[in-house]
Amino acid sequence: MAGVARRFAFLTTQRAFPACSSVLTSQTRLPQTLFAQKMSTAAEVSDKFRVTMIPGDGIGPELMNSVKQIFNAADVPIHFEEFWISEVQDRCSDEKIEEMIASVTRNKVAIKGILTTPTWFDLGELQSVNMQIRKKLDLYANVVRVRSLPGIKTRHGELDIVVIREQTEGEYSALEHESVPGVIESLKIITRAKSERIAKFAFDYAMKHNRQKVTAIHKANIMKLADGMFLDSCRKISKLYPKIKFESMIVDNTCMQLTSHPSQFDVMVMPNLYGNIIDNLAAGLVGGAGVVPGESYSPECVVFESGARHPFAQAVGRNIANPTAILMCSKNMLYHMNLSSHAKLVESSLLKVLREGKVKTTDLKGYATTTEFTNAIINNLGKA
Amino acid sequence: MASLVRKSMTRYLPSFVGRCGFSSTSKTTASTVPPTEKDQVCTLIPGDGIGPEISDAVMKIFDAAGAPISWEERNVMATKGPGGKWIIPLDAQESINKNKVGLKGPLGTPIAAGHPSMNLLLRKTFDLYANVRPCVSLEGYQTPYDGVNLVTIRENTEGEYSGIEHEIVDGVVQSIKLITEDASRKVAEFAFDYARKNSRKNVTVVHKANIMRMSDGLFLKCCRETAEKNRDIKFNEMYLDTVCLNIVQDPTQFDVLVMPNLYGDILSDLCAGLIGGLGVTPSGNIGANGTALFESVHGTAPDIAGKDLANPTALLLSAIMMLRHLGMMNYAGRIEQACFDAIKDKKSRTKDLGGDATCSKFTDEVCRRVKDL
Repeated sequence: MAGVARRFAFLTTQRAFPACSSVLTSQTRLPQTLFAQKMSTAAEVSDKFRVTMIPGDGIGPELMNSVKQIFNAADVPIHFEEFWISEVQDRCSDEKIEEMIASVTRNKVAIKGILTTPTWFDLGELQSVNMQIRKKLDLYANVVRVRSLPGIKTRHGELDIVVIREQTEGEYSALEHESVPGVIESLKIITRAKSERIAKFAFDYAMKHNRQKVTAIHKANIMKLADGMFLDSCRKISKLYPKIKFESMIVDNTCMQLTSHPSQFDVMVMPNLYGNIIDNLAAGLVGGAGVVPGESYSPECVVFESGARHPFAQAVGRNIANPTAILMCSKNMLYHMNLSSHAKLVESSLLKVLREGKVKTTDLKGYATTTEFTNAIINNLGKA
Repeated sequence: MASLVRKSMTRYLPSFVGRCGFSSTSKTTASTVPPTEKDQVCTLIPGDGIGPEISDAVMKIFDAAGAPISWEERNVMATKGPGGKWIIPLDAQESINKNKVGLKGPLGTPIAAGHPSMNLLLRKTFDLYANVRPCVSLEGYQTPYDGVNLVTIRENTEGEYSGIEHEIVDGVVQSIKLITEDASRKVAEFAFDYARKNSRKNVTVVHKANIMRMSDGLFLKCCRETAEKNRDIKFNEMYLDTVCLNIVQDPTQFDVLVMPNLYGDILSDLCAGLIGGLGVTPSGNIGANGTALFESVHGTAPDIAGKDLANPTALLLSAIMMLRHLGMMNYAGRIEQACFDAIKDKKSRTKDLGGDATCSKFTDEVCRRVKDL
C-alpha cells in the first residue's frame, strides 16, 4: 500500500515540475506509459521498451530480481524478455542461444548476469557460451568504468579509469589442439582489422567523454608479432586524434602501476586476456566485483553486465550479494535508452544509500541482505 | 681492463675477509684447503644500464659481510652461434654450467632488436623452468598494503612465451601458447617442494582453464595430480581474474601461487607493486641439474644509469636468496637484516623509496650495519 502511494507521489512530483516534464517530452512515449501501466496490463507490454534479460548463473537471478523490483517501483517503462541460459545447469541448447541472439538483435539492448564457464568440455566444444554470445553478436568492445563510489573506503583514493577490452579474438579464440600426447598448442589470434577497430573505439570513447589520454596495454616485447601488431594499430589510429595523448605500457608493468599508482591512468585499451586481468584488478581497487559496472558494444547493440564477471556461486541463495554493480549497469542502460529521468531517479537513490552507508552488504563490511539493500533504494526513490 | 682488475680483486677480497670472520671450526678447515677453493664461485652478470653499479654495491656488501663467495664476471649479449642461431656467449655458458649458481643484473630487450629477448635466451639455455619471487612487505616503507607475505612461482620455459609466432595472411597473426605435461608437472612439483622447504602451508594454482580449456586444463591437471602426492600441503585452485580481484583487496590471504608463464609474469609484477615495486623484489630462477640464476627483475633504467641513483636492494635481496640456496643461512640472515634496517631507517633510502641517498651512500650504510651485526 505504501508502495503504491509512493509511486503516485512520485508521479505528481514529476507532473508538478515543468523542468522534469520537459525532459520527459523528448521521449513522447513515456508519460503515456506511466499511466498505461496503472490502467491496463494487456496494453502495457506493447507500450514499453523491450530489453533482453539473461539472468545467468550464481547470484545473477537474485540481482536481476533486485533490478526488476526497483524498476517496478520507479515505474520504468521497460519490459524484460528473459532468457534462462546456463552452461552448467543443462539449460543450454543451440536453439535457445539463437532465440536469445535474435531477441538481442531485435531489442538492441540487453542486461546480462554472469554465465559460469566450467573448465570441462564434455561435448567437445572449446568455446564457452559467453564466447559464443560475444562472437555471434560481435560484441567487440567491453567497457568497464572503474570509479570510486561514495561511501566505499578504498586504499587508493579517488579513481576514475576506463578499461576498454577487445573481446572477440586474442587468447579467447578457442583454437587448441594436442600436437602429440602431453603437448598442447593454444592459438592466440590478433588481426589488424580488429585491433584497429578497438583502437578507434577507444579514441572515439575518449573524445566523446572528454578524456585526455589513451594507454595501450600490450606485451609486444615478448609477443613481437601479435601484440606488436596490436600496438602498431593503436599507434596508427592515435595519429587521427591529435587532441588525445597516446601512451603504451607493458601489461605486467601496468598491473604493478595499478597497485601502486593507479591514478595515472585514464582510458586503457587492450587485447582480450589482459582486459580480463585488468578489469578485475581495477575492480578490486575500488571495492570489488559487486560495485563495478560494465558494458559490451557491438556495432548494433549493447549488453550491460557487471565489470568484473564473477558468478559468486558461494553466495547463491544466501541473499548477501551486492546489487550495486548491476544497478549501476541498469542506470547506464536507462541513460543509453534515453530514459534519463528514470536513470537519474535510480542513480541518485543508489548513490544516496551508498553515501549514507547505513545499509551495506557484507562485501562492503556491512550486515544488510540483498533484499534490505534493494528496499533501501526503493524507499529512497525520488528523495535524493 | 677495468673489469679484469675488478675480477681479480673480488676473487681475492671476499675469501680474505671471509676467513677473518669465520668461527674457529671453519678456520681449521680453511687452513687445510687453499683459500680460493673454500669459496663458492658464482657467476656474475652485471647487465646493462644500472646493472654494473648495483652489482658493485652487492659485491661491496658481500665483502663487508665476509660472505665466502667469489665472483666470476661475465658479460652477456646476444651473439650468432654456428648455424645462425642466437646464443649467449660460450664463456658465460661455461661459467654458469660449472658454477651452477649465478647472479644477474638487468638486461635490456629492445622491442625491434631482431633477436629474442636475452632473458628468454638465458632461460632456454639453462632450462630455467621455475621463477620464484617472494614478496614480503618491507617494514617501515609505507605502501597501501601491509603484511604481504607470498611467493609466486612461475613456469618459465613455455606457455605464451614460447616465441612461436607467424603472420598467416597479411593482418592476421597467430601466436602459439605451448603447454606441455612435462614442464607443467616439473613446476608443480617444484612448487610443493619449495612450500615444504620454506615451511609454507598452502599452494594455489592460478589458471584460466575455463577459457583455455585444453592448455590450461593440462596445467591444472598436472597440479592436481601433484597435489595428490603432497597431501601435507594444502592445495586450491583459482581463476586468474579471481586472484587479481582478490589480491588487490586482501593480499594476506595468499601463500604460494603457482602458474603458467604469462600469468606468472603479470602476477609477480602485480605483487611487487603491492610491496613497493621491482626495486625491492628479489627473484630466483631454478633450472635443470640444480642450476640456479638469481636476478633483479627491474629494468635497466637507462635514464639514471651511471648517476649513482639506482637502488641496489632488489639485486641484494636476490643475492641473499642465492646465499640461502647455497645453504649459507647465517650470512643471508645477517645481510638481510642489515638491508631491512637500512631501509627502515629513513635517512639512507634511495630516491625510488622516497629518500635522497645515492646508491653508494645506501651501500655504505648497509656495509656499516652488516659489520656491526
